[in-house]
Amino acid sequence: MTSTLSATDFLTVGGRSFTSRLIVGTGKYPDNETMVRAHAASGAEVVTVAVRRVDLDRKNRAGILYHIDPERYFMLANTAGCYTAEDAVRYARLAREAGFNEFIKLEVIGDEETLFPDVAGLLAATKTLVAEGFQVMAYTNEDLITALRLEDAGAAAVMPLASPIGSGLGLLNPYAIRTIKRRLSVPVIVDAGVGTASDACVTMEQGVDGILMNTAIATADRPVEMAHAMQLAVEAGRRAYLAGRMPRREIAVPSSPTQGMLD
Amino acid sequence: MTGEAISVIVNGEPRKLPPDVSLLELLRHLELDPRVVVVELNREIVRRPALEGTTVRDGDRVELVHFVGGG
Repeated sequence: MTSTLSATDFLTVGGRSFTSRLIVGTGKYPDNETMVRAHAASGAEVVTVAVRRVDLDRKNRAGILYHIDPERYFMLANTAGCYTAEDAVRYARLAREAGFNEFIKLEVIGDEETLFPDVAGLLAATKTLVAEGFQVMAYTNEDLITALRLEDAGAAAVMPLASPIGSGLGLLNPYAIRTIKRRLSVPVIVDAGVGTASDACVTMEQGVDGILMNTAIATADRPVEMAHAMQLAVEAGRRAYLAGRMPRREIAVPSSPTQGMLD
Repeated sequence: MTGEAISVIVNGEPRKLPPDVSLLELLRHLELDPRVVVVELNREIVRRPALEGTTVRDGDRVELVHFVGGG
């Protein structure tokens, strides 16, 4: 990078600061080697992981820690797949016991088709986990009131979706995301739905603090190239937001002088 | 003379184990690294330092989890 923006423009969540505003997942890659190279190409410092039973048949070494260096990446465990607050709290406790940090990307899913959050369960689990000392990063929908309640409950970050998990539909409701960002004090990190670089750029242009994505990179034809594209898009969107865009107009305004035209 | 084998559920599957097996011995038997596996015994987490001193009993439910790829 030719400018020093990233040296001063940190993403700070729960007392931790990161220079990259892009958080990437570790699921659905064609193979682990591609994942490792994609992570490097993304510039991300935070990667998400899930908690699951060990495969006791151990046909492969499925544990992600055989492939990701916890010295290099901040491990953000999630509670993906949990449909009740109780399950999410259970998974969060197991994740913390795995020993890296007290951060949890809290998901309490309410519907199998959309994977939309169960906001009542999400709020309940947030309260429980905050009381237990967790830094809760709460995956939620684009509802402002829920976001405000999560902040009140002590969430370290609120993570509204751009569109459904794994859908690649991009940012469906920029107004709602912008409003959440404007009204909350804690970081707003858009989680889920980004499909390609332009989606990431537009999302960052809303002023949010970061983006978490997995499928858009992992299932691209060339994940490593897409990871780098996402890094550039997140950076571009962030810089454009900080630069302040021109106002929208319904009519044209000439860019060249209207004076000095020939007769 | 060893006692009779006990029946436990490990990750949802029934297993027969010798009596007086500790959780640490169970992990070793399954060739699992206790540094990357978290153990839940009857829905209570057993922290790593306690694995050696915790004995598995007949009817126990053991969950062994770790981190996998996810978003």
